[in-house]
Formats: sequence, structure tokens, C-alpha cells
Amino acid sequence: MDQGVFPKPPLLEVKGLTKTFGALRALDQVDFSLRAGEIHALLGENGAGKSTLIKLITGVLSRDAGTVVLDGQEIAPRSAREALDAGIATVYQEVNLLPNLSVAKNLYLGREPTRFGIVRDGEMKRRAKALLEGFGLHIDVAAPLGSYSVAIQHIAAIARAVDLSARVLILDEPTASLDQHEVAMLFSTMRALAARGIGIIFVTHFLDQVYEVTGRITVLRNGRLIGERPTAALPRIELIRMMLGRELSEETEERAAREKTPGTPCATFSNFGKTGYVAPFDLELRHGEVTGLAGLLGSGRTETARLVFGAERADTGSVTSEGKPIRLHSPRDAVRHGFGYCPEERKTDGIVAELTVRENIVLALQAKLGIARPLSRREQDEIARRFIKLLDIRPPDPERPIGLLSGGNQQKALLARWLAIDPKLLVLDEPTRGIDVGAHAEIIRLIRELCDKGLALLVISSELDEIVAYSDRVVVLRDRAHVGTLGDAAISVPSILSAIAADARAEAAREGVT
Amino acid sequence: MMLRLPRRGLAQILALIAILVIDRLVSPQFFDLRLQDGRLFGSLVDVLNRGAPVALLSLGMVLVIATRGIDLSVGAVMAISGAIAASLADSYPWPVAVAAALGAGLVCGLWNGILVAVLGIQPIVATLILMVAGRGVAQLITAGRIVTFTSPDLVWFGTGAVLGIPAPVVIVASMLLITGIVVRGSALGLLIEATGGNARASELSGVGTDLMIVAVYMWCSLCAALAGIIAAADIMGADANNAGLWLELDAILAVVIGGTSLFGGRFSLVLAVCGALIIQAMNTGILLSGYPPEFNLVVKAAVVLIVLLVQSPALASITTAVRKARA
Repeated sequence: MDQGVFPKPPLLEVKGLTKTFGALRALDQVDFSLRAGEIHALLGENGAGKSTLIKLITGVLSRDAGTVVLDGQEIAPRSAREALDAGIATVYQEVNLLPNLSVAKNLYLGREPTRFGIVRDGEMKRRAKALLEGFGLHIDVAAPLGSYSVAIQHIAAIARAVDLSARVLILDEPTASLDQHEVAMLFSTMRALAARGIGIIFVTHFLDQVYEVTGRITVLRNGRLIGERPTAALPRIELIRMMLGRELSEETEERAAREKTPGTPCATFSNFGKTGYVAPFDLELRHGEVTGLAGLLGSGRTETARLVFGAERADTGSVTSEGKPIRLHSPRDAVRHGFGYCPEERKTDGIVAELTVRENIVLALQAKLGIARPLSRREQDEIARRFIKLLDIRPPDPERPIGLLSGGNQQKALLARWLAIDPKLLVLDEPTRGIDVGAHAEIIRLIRELCDKGLALLVISSELDEIVAYSDRVVVLRDRAHVGTLGDAAISVPSILSAIAADARAEAAREGVT
Repeated sequence: MMLRLPRRGLAQILALIAILVIDRLVSPQFFDLRLQDGRLFGSLVDVLNRGAPVALLSLGMVLVIATRGIDLSVGAVMAISGAIAASLADSYPWPVAVAAALGAGLVCGLWNGILVAVLGIQPIVATLILMVAGRGVAQLITAGRIVTFTSPDLVWFGTGAVLGIPAPVVIVASMLLITGIVVRGSALGLLIEATGGNARASELSGVGTDLMIVAVYMWCSLCAALAGIIAAADIMGADANNAGLWLELDAILAVVIGGTSLFGGRFSLVLAVCGALIIQAMNTGILLSGYPPEFNLVVKAAVVLIVLLVQSPALASITTAVRKARA
């Protein structure tokens, strides 16, 4: 994109934006600037602060500190509506329009052309048609929006936003559910808009698309600004390092010296996979070993975890546990064989918010025992008390609804849920996500302790430092396939980064050919 | 343990007591009891007796609602089971008639449960199907007529007595006891509450959530079938058009008055039955007071509103704030 010889004042200038949720700093003194006519990628792993930044700019959340200047004027929108009036429009992954109304009605919802208070249907259709033709879209505007593909719905949403005199357009993962052809369509629309001087913030986790369409990149990590670079001057490996790599300011986890003999196999997955989900992989999880899963967001880490736990049913391959073949069709099967799984989304997939800490802790054990063998209240109390003490869950009240606990304590209670079944294998998906610094260190200490007790652990983390600190083996993923394994001696942040990027370089080379 | 009343049950108990007191005021003989032909009579007994079908329905409904479901078909299931029991009563021994009616109930529940758990249809739509179709099935069974019967064994379910207590009341009490033992004496209670509170998380913890859902719909229809037998026995006949008509709404109301949230999770069997009694105590009170029964609906709505307001967390925080402001 044209950067100009003279530094023009940016279209949108964000300075020192800060937001805390409880003890958690979701966004910490972040600066961001967007020029007119550029497509600017906003990148970062889950929890990096991308969506918080967008929500603060668009007034969905209120900021603790910082300023937002649009076109030389400071703005402080208190809702998405006010942001839109100021000229900032957002299109989310899930199109926020009404699929059962016609395309034309969606485009002019709330501002229909009227005469004497009556909607002029023909005029509205004519205008809608003209508007969409400006985007190269020749469709029947009288048909319901829902009858068109997601890409066209996205373009309609963008057309509506731009027609509302937007100068800044925020696209939050618009390509997640589009196929290649549709992505190309969306990109040509984005380029046309940029040429008209609109500034576009593009949030995605597809790096190929970043290199294809954006002019500049801003990377966030752990709620902090890591850097802003011109896309052309930022090699992939450097970008991945910015997204995953260590920050010197952070306290780094030391990698403990290992002097143990390899454990016996606990669970072995051979040619295990699911079409369109994760490519078939071989994975051996051993007692007393931590296997780390590293890769970018969307590389297939969580998908691997869900397959291993039976939450998603594999369509190829086999599993053996302690050398014997087992059936793994559901979480119930997995729990029966002593597997446990702490999912990344604690609120939706982990806790039962309304139930007490005690009930949440005994849930998996009770499910494993079955309906006919209820734990007595005394047994439940005893289990809850033991783990509250062991894991230092606060407040130490087993009868408190778990939804009222902090994120770190909820995570510990979920760990307790699985420790209560005396598991052989524990899968932890981002165990330290959204947890304050103190609890963070404790969770990592727990992982090491569990491993020393002979548990097999499969741990997913976006924090490479963490992976390096506790893993005995690291499996590297890219594009929903396992692309490499690093043994004990080879584990370090740079080696993992180059394993992720090696493949990226190969792909970049392939792209160069085609 | 089953009868342990949670602290949150206070509102319902107070409401029931208040309504009984009002009933006593409008009808001085309200608490009078007399024994006649080995069976107790009186307004209070009448409340329990008339309230039995809805109490039975609410006993099943509360479990369904605890899983974040709803069952609109219970009225239709009552009609089906009543029709079957009435059709068989005079030609087969009573255990056959009753077993066939209850069996039909279980099949209805299995149907609902499969639609909801296996096919993933929204409960309100899934059970709407049987709500509509069920009444048609019942009419087919009775061939569109009101089928009457005389078998004294089956009539006992409506008008009989055990130690002076009317049979429907005994049946409700036994079902409350059985349901309580089955649900709270096993791990079902916890697993149902977990399923309703967060089905995804429960499934990922190894809970067989589909099984829980099918089980509660089957239990709910079984309770409805029992209620259908009582309703048929009461009039010594099966009226496929009117048996159990709109009672699903009373049952849902009873559960809600009993403090179980339509969003699933925590439930209380005792309070659901208590909710059913509150509704019936109002009905009886208005009949005794001599007001036209039309008042019943308006008064019922007002009482529901009051009970719900008392439970409302928003109101609780307002009253706390007011108290703090005063202090």
C-alpha cells in the first residue's frame, strides 16, 4: 500500500489503551495506528487482546485508560452504534444481519427510503442493486440474505457498513468459514475499499492471507503490543516469533534438568485422525512424560486433544491403552479408561457454573462410577476438602457455586475433577489461559508434580516458554497436521519456532513456484 | 435426605400456608375432616385429591426442566393412557390394563427423549409433536367416543382409599417417595443437574447426557400415564378430547413456582409438588368462596407473579440495597 513520502497523520490513532478484568490485564498500554487506504493485519494468539482492542475501539467495552483519535478528533464511543456514527464499522465472523429478510432490506435496515412514512420498496431495491454492483456483486436483492453464501453475506455486511459512511472498517476473522474462491472475492472487495481511502483492520489467523492482502502488521501478545511492521519487511519466521516467542521483559520459565528413564507407553495412537479435522497422526503418550503440542492458532492443537479424548470421533486409526486396543468413541469411553481433559474454554466446556465446587470436583468421578454407585455426601465432602487443600483452591469453601470463583481457581477445581478419578492420562488445553500471574506459576508447578507421579500428560499452550519449561517431547503442528516431533534434548524456543516456520518456508517456496 | 427442604423453599411454603389461611377465611369449614365409608372427606383432602394429577405431572416435569428441557405432551399422554386403561379395564384383569397404559407412557417418553437427545430437536418443538399427535392417537383408541368402564379395581385408582386416605393422594406420595429415592439415592440427581447446568461440560466429564435426557422424558411420561389412569378412574371413563387438556401448562407452572429454573440445573421434587398444591389450593379456594371460576385464572396469575417476585434475584438485591440505605 502507498505509504506516502510525507508522513500523513494516521486515520485512526490509538494510544495507551488499557483494560483489566479483575486481576487480569487483558490489554496493557497498547498503541495502534491505521492509515487511510491501508489494510492492516491485527495478529495474535487466543487471549492476545485482539478482540479486547477492537471492543475498546468500537465502544463495546469501556476502557480503563488511553485515547482513540479518529481523523484528528478524539472519540469515546459508548456503544457499537456510536462508533458506527463516528465512522467505525465492524463486521464479525458471524454476520450480524437478518437472514430471513431480503438483501435490500438488510442493507437499508433502520434507514429505509420513505415517502410520506411509507417504505419505497422499489427505490430501496434499486439503490441496493446499485450499491452491490459497486462491489462487483450482481445478485437478486429481493431474495432473502440467508439464501446466499456466507461470502456474499459478508460482502453485503461490508457494503452496508461502508454505505453508512464508515471510514474505518474492522473485519474480525471474516474468512474463517469461506472457501478459497470466496476469500478471493472478499479480498478484491477489501482492496477496492482501501483504494477509496478506507482504512481496514483485518483480524485473522491465516498467515498466508496476511501476506496476500495486508500492508502492515500489528502483533499483540498477552495483552501487550509486540510490534508493528510493514508486511513486506517481516519474514514469516520473525512474525511467528513475535506471535509465540518470548518477551525479554517476562519472567522466563527455566527448563528443569531431566534425568529420568523413558516411561512405559500409556496410550498409543496409530494413524489416528478425522477427515477434514486433523490429518492422521501417530502419537505415543508415556507415563511420567509431558508431551507438548505447539503450533499456531488453528493448526490443529485443540482438535488433536479432542480426538485423543474421544470428544470428536476419529474415522481412521486405532488406539491402545497399556498395550491393549481400546474403543474411543466418546468422552465416556475416555473417562472409563482413565483419561481426563481440561478444555480451553473453561466457561462453556468446563465448569457447571451453578453447581458447587464440591459437585464440580466429583462430577467426573461420579460419571465414571455410574448412576448406581453414588458417592455419599461424606465421600464427596472428603474428596472436595482434600483437593481444595492440595491445590489451594480459594476461597476454601466446597459449597460455593464454582461460577463465583476466579479463573485460576476454576482451573484448579477442574484439575481436581480429573485428579479425583486418579487418571492415567491428562490432556490440558491452554491450562494457564486467562489466569493471573501467581496462579500461572502454580499450575506449571502442578504439571511438573503430576508428571513426577507417573501421569502421562498432553499439554497445549501458546506460550512457548511454558512448553519448553515442562515438556519432555514436543509435537509441532501446522495446518491441521502433525509436522514434527522434538525429543528432550532438542527442545528450546528457537528450535520449536524453526520447526513451525520450516514448514512455512517450504510452503512459501511452493507458493513462489505456483 | 430426600425430604430435606432447601432454604430456598421458604417462599413456596409460606405461599402455600398463606393460601390455606385465606381459604380458611373464605370457607370456615376448610380444615374440617370427616370419615365416611372408610375414606376421609373435607376441603383439605379435596385439595390433595384434585391436585394429584398435576402433582404427578410436575414430578416428572421438574426432572425434564432440570435438564433444560420441557415436555408439552404430558396432557396428551394422559389421554392416551386413560384411553388404553379404559378400553382394557372391563375385558382384562386390572394389572394388564394398568401395565399397558404405563407401558404406552414409557413408549411416549422414549419417543420424546430420542427426538430431543439423539436427533437434537428443541424440546418445545419435539414434544409439541406428541402433544398434537397424542390426542389424535387417544381418539383413535377410543374411536372418538367416551369409553366407559365399570371395573371396580380400576375405579379404585380414582376413588379408593388406603387407611382413609384417597388413593390418588397415596399414589402421589408414593411416586414422590420413589422418585426421590431413585433420583437422590442414586447419582442421577447430580448428573441431571450437571446436564441441565452445562450439557457440553458434563459430556466432556464423561456424563452420558443423552441417556440422562432420555431417562427424564421417560419418567415424565410414566408419571403422566399414571395421572391419566387416575383421571380416567375418577370419571369411570376416558374422554380423549378433554382428559389432561392444558394440564401441561399447570405442570410447568407448578415446577416454576417450585423454584426450578427453565434454564435447567438445580431442581427440587418436593417444591414442585408444593407448587402443584399451591395451584390446587387456589382453585379450590375460589370455588369455595363462591366467586365465579373465571376469577380463578386472574388470581392464579397474580399468585404466580408474587411467588416469582419473591424468588427474583433482582428484587432481592433491591431490598438489600434499601435496607442498607436505611441503616
